[in-house]
Amino acid sequence: MLLSHYARESNVGAIRGGRTVLIPGAFAYHRPADLAEAVALLGRFDSDARLIAGGHSLIPMMKLRLALPGHLIDLAGIAELKGARLEGSEIVIGAMTTQHEIIGDDLLAQRVPILRETAELIADPQVRYVGTIGGNVANGDPGNDMPALMMALSATYVLRGAGGERRVAARGYYRSTYETAAEPDEVLAAIRIPAPPRGHGWAYEKLKRKVGDYATAAAAAILTVSGGRIATCAIGLTNVAGTPLLAADAAAAVVGTALDKPALARAAGAATAIAQPAADGRGSAEYRAKMAGVMTARALARAFARARS
Amino acid sequence: MSLTDVGMTVNGKAMSAAVEPRTLLIHYLRENLGLTGAHIGCDTSHCGACTVDIDGRSVKSCTMFAVQAEGENVLTIEGMAGADGKLHVLQEAFREMHGLQCGYCTPGMIMRAHRLLHENPNPTESEIRIGISGNLCRCTGYQNIVSAIQYAAAKMAGLEVKEAAE
Repeated sequence: MLLSHYARESNVGAIRGGRTVLIPGAFAYHRPADLAEAVALLGRFDSDARLIAGGHSLIPMMKLRLALPGHLIDLAGIAELKGARLEGSEIVIGAMTTQHEIIGDDLLAQRVPILRETAELIADPQVRYVGTIGGNVANGDPGNDMPALMMALSATYVLRGAGGERRVAARGYYRSTYETAAEPDEVLAAIRIPAPPRGHGWAYEKLKRKVGDYATAAAAAILTVSGGRIATCAIGLTNVAGTPLLAADAAAAVVGTALDKPALARAAGAATAIAQPAADGRGSAEYRAKMAGVMTARALARAFARARS
Repeated sequence: MSLTDVGMTVNGKAMSAAVEPRTLLIHYLRENLGLTGAHIGCDTSHCGACTVDIDGRSVKSCTMFAVQAEGENVLTIEGMAGADGKLHVLQEAFREMHGLQCGYCTPGMIMRAHRLLHENPNPTESEIRIGISGNLCRCTGYQNIVSAIQYAAAKMAGLEVKEAAE
């Protein structure tokens, strides 16, 4: 949902007779039956078309008329975009899988449990019934929670366009706010996650003002432990910059350690150092950057406690 | 923009109306179908006063176009009472436990509680509070809403219910 960035400006909208009325602009509605048709429609209508997944980022934008597509391409009718499965050593999740479905999925609970913990912290029950993981990762909104996870998990995004299929690493996908590596005619169709090893440690730690809010700061930690020491570690940060961040230095600071206090402090400091958050109702930039460090430390501690050597 | 017929099942009846693609489901229900129980309480998809139940999902009808719900089964507050007018147990619960003051959030609360109790027939107080976190109330401070949902859960489970203190 974009609304975190604009909610206080809710007088932006169509003005009728002096009152604000939140009615989207007019558009033609398309509901393709398969991915090829969706790609063809995107190509045909180009920048005048927007894809709609769950619509819980896009429709609020359209109601404020910050998005005015002449054509809406609804992905809801495309069966191949749903569901999660194991393919060899990779978990493959269809982009139209809702947060609710992710929370209830047994395969994901067993193999990538950080997904459920994160999904449960997104918005509220109604939004989770409709909002999709594809919508959460695809559009480059820095407030969304899943991108930081995908970076920490070394996930790749499967993009389908007129030229066929290509895969882009999540770590290379986010260029700047709302700017991604996806071409205008591409649909993010699926997410591929290398299954973390059994016994890995994981945690998503999200600081927010109230239930349902975007993160003041949040950190995703994925690690493995061997002989009581951290063997591998990856950390992703949410909403403390114009894009999700991979906190490589913070992760390196704890590898080889038993996560003693100095290591945790170094990791927190490294996370704070790369954070460049906006100052807003959630706090000053300095505060939010500091909280990026605090969330990193908390996520690491919980992940470490969960890990089995 | 040209109108298109959008049909769906609402409270068990096949309904249809000619609307624009940009017509939000909340407006389709309220203005085209005359079902004004679902309310518009915010501009920002936060408040949940517009919550309805669509094919087993709680949905904020202000954040969905009517065309997206074409062919689906929609349940609104108007569909909760029996054909003879007998209140649904949740409606009785909100009355018994004083789970409303102005009533503006109430249809959304009841529709969400309905789905919540299907997800989890025996929720703890904490699970109820998290379960209704997509529904805001400005009047009650939520305590009696929680009590109403507990009352309904107990009654549906065939347990004895505690009436509200006077």
